[in-house]
Amino acid sequence: MTSSLHLWLIPLVPFAGFLVNGLLGRRFPKALVTAVAFIATLIPFLQVASIALHFSSLTLPYTENVAPWIAAGGFHADFAFSLDQLTLIMLLVVTGVGFLIHIYSAGYMAHEEGYWRFFAYLNLFMFFMLTLVLAENFLLMFVGWEGVGLASYLLIGFYFTKDSAAKAGKKAFVVNRIGDVGFLLAMFLLIAHFGTLSFGEIFSQVGQHPEWQGGFLTAIALFLILGATGKSAQIPLYVWLPDAMEGPTPVSALIHAATMVTAGVYMIARAHAIFDRSPFALSTIAIIGTATALFAATIGLVQTDIKRVLAYSTVSQLGYMFLACGVAAYSSGIFHLLTHAFFKALLFLSAGSVIHALSGEQDMRMMGGLRKKIPITFWTMTAAVFAISGFPPFAGFFSKDEILYQAFISPNPLGKLLWFVGLLTAGLTSFYMFRLWYLTFFGESRAQAAAHDDHGHGHGVHESPWIMLAPLVILAILSVIGGWVGVPEALGGHAEIAHFLSPVTGPAHEAAEGGNSMELLLAAVSVAVALTGWFFAHLMYFAKPELPAQIASKVRGLYLLLLNKYWIDELYGAVIVTPLLLISRYVLKGLFDTGVITGGGLAMGYTAQGLGSLVQRVQSGNIRSYAGWLALGAAALLLLTYFGFGTHLLFR
Amino acid sequence: MIVPIAYYLVLSAILFSVGVMAFLIKRNIITVFMSIELMLNAVNLAFVAFAHQWHRVSGQIFVFFVMVVAAAEAAVGLAIIIAIFRTRNTLDVDQVDLMKL
Repeated sequence: MTSSLHLWLIPLVPFAGFLVNGLLGRRFPKALVTAVAFIATLIPFLQVASIALHFSSLTLPYTENVAPWIAAGGFHADFAFSLDQLTLIMLLVVTGVGFLIHIYSAGYMAHEEGYWRFFAYLNLFMFFMLTLVLAENFLLMFVGWEGVGLASYLLIGFYFTKDSAAKAGKKAFVVNRIGDVGFLLAMFLLIAHFGTLSFGEIFSQVGQHPEWQGGFLTAIALFLILGATGKSAQIPLYVWLPDAMEGPTPVSALIHAATMVTAGVYMIARAHAIFDRSPFALSTIAIIGTATALFAATIGLVQTDIKRVLAYSTVSQLGYMFLACGVAAYSSGIFHLLTHAFFKALLFLSAGSVIHALSGEQDMRMMGGLRKKIPITFWTMTAAVFAISGFPPFAGFFSKDEILYQAFISPNPLGKLLWFVGLLTAGLTSFYMFRLWYLTFFGESRAQAAAHDDHGHGHGVHESPWIMLAPLVILAILSVIGGWVGVPEALGGHAEIAHFLSPVTGPAHEAAEGGNSMELLLAAVSVAVALTGWFFAHLMYFAKPELPAQIASKVRGLYLLLLNKYWIDELYGAVIVTPLLLISRYVLKGLFDTGVITGGGLAMGYTAQGLGSLVQRVQSGNIRSYAGWLALGAAALLLLTYFGFGTHLLFR
Repeated sequence: MIVPIAYYLVLSAILFSVGVMAFLIKRNIITVFMSIELMLNAVNLAFVAFAHQWHRVSGQIFVFFVMVVAAAEAAVGLAIIIAIFRTRNTLDVDQVDLMKL
């Protein structure tokens, strides 16, 4: 295959959509805005699909150098795009799920102000995300990395007249900046050591030097991890993601579940050649991921806002992907990324459909009994809940089990502990997802009739229009069958996705002798754990609805700890934000700005003014006084030249 | 008979000083103007005297330049004086003091 694939078109078409809608959309009718946004995402999707169809005939990795960008001395970074197996999977997820969510948004946002602005931002996000995924060097990836942060900020703060939304957008932006510092430092180290930022050149250099172990590679890896924790919402920088739920629900589905937050995982998988050389960095990733998975799952147990439960669930699932990367099972991480994109997008969109049905209600305590009223949403949500909880044959089962199995067999001494915590988290996941399921769809309706009118519909609980349901159904099918691309050999599959990705991520761990029965056993254990979670959720939220309150009052301290999210926000506020604000306000502003800069300026101004008022008397406006001064000066000069008060004053 | 150069220079100095004093004392703009002419011509006298003394023509040339400038100045200055008189009905320099803070 020699002809160009025109990869540059893939990100550029959504950008054109952004420009058209962003500059002119205010005057367009809604149908035209929708058409522009759809076409701008459909074209990349079709292009990616056509690439995928004749993928086997390509020589990989395929790179495309569009234009030189920065050239300084021996260093240069270009607008270069590359395509390999990993990129293709990401492209399919981003364009496919992205397009479905565009369709859904047309229904969900139909009655909102700023319809054109929403779609312009969505297209902008697509542009940056595709740039991130297609980039052939770290710098171009960083452009996409920052750009999706910008789009995320704009969309979280979409309802910018709402104070909490504006603040959440700001928080997401600032927290992401902290991670970006890590990414930047990593890039500086890469330039210092490799003299280039191109993926191909760096990884081939690493490959040629097997003696490079740890050392500066660990430093680079640790800084990259800091970047990844910011973007992928891991400890310690996960705090922005739950607040990001202030944005419209399709945004939460697209950016804060399916695509953008997985950028950190993608970056680690992309740069795995570096991480492979640093066992310390890998262990760090695994521990961060596992701790985040458990931590976020425990918070998710008691949240009452439907979107916040899903947000913590996202953080938790991203923790799984980090765990997979941390045990060097990158293809498993990407596999989970893929299935997670399907079922988490579906969960968010179904939740959006529920919220839409209830005219804006997000509190699960106000829901209940919706199973009969919105049956299609119920069934799609059910598929997603089973998928995330890890029941075979749904998608989440295969990818999550693959991760747990890889953790179990990893040579890392912590492997068994990581596996156990991961298993525990799987149980918690199953519990809180079924809690959501029961609270939303079963039992008696707890909605207050009075609350219905403020959203402008005023016609009670209603199923969403088909434009919203169609993406739900497609995603539900994908949530069921999406995992079948990676059925492990122990269950009679061929682990296609691991083989497919192996040119990029290296071969997965080969199972030891008798590994199949071990894998089967572990799978059985995790299904049993998921069933236990379901059982407890059934017991507490369906069979005996009074039980949760009793338990909560019994272990009140623990309940409050979880309900208040371990007071992490408050802790960060007290330890970092408040001192920073105080220093800024009193030391930097009060002392330095007001004291030194403003004070110094005023002092100089007043000095000049005082001097001026002294000498202004000379300018009387009277010609004869000027002449007098002139004559006096001339006389003085004359005397000086004649008598000479010093030789240097003489005119020679 | 040859007049010593000192005589010319003393006369020039006296004329110049008279011009300066008149410039400082007199209030009428026209008189002030005339005192300026007096100073210029005192300087011209010194130039011519030196030119004669040292047998150099450059002093004479300077005098021509000074006369040209003086003529131009007289033209402009008289025009200004007429304009002032028309607008303010006075020729007293002490009344023309708007150019101050």
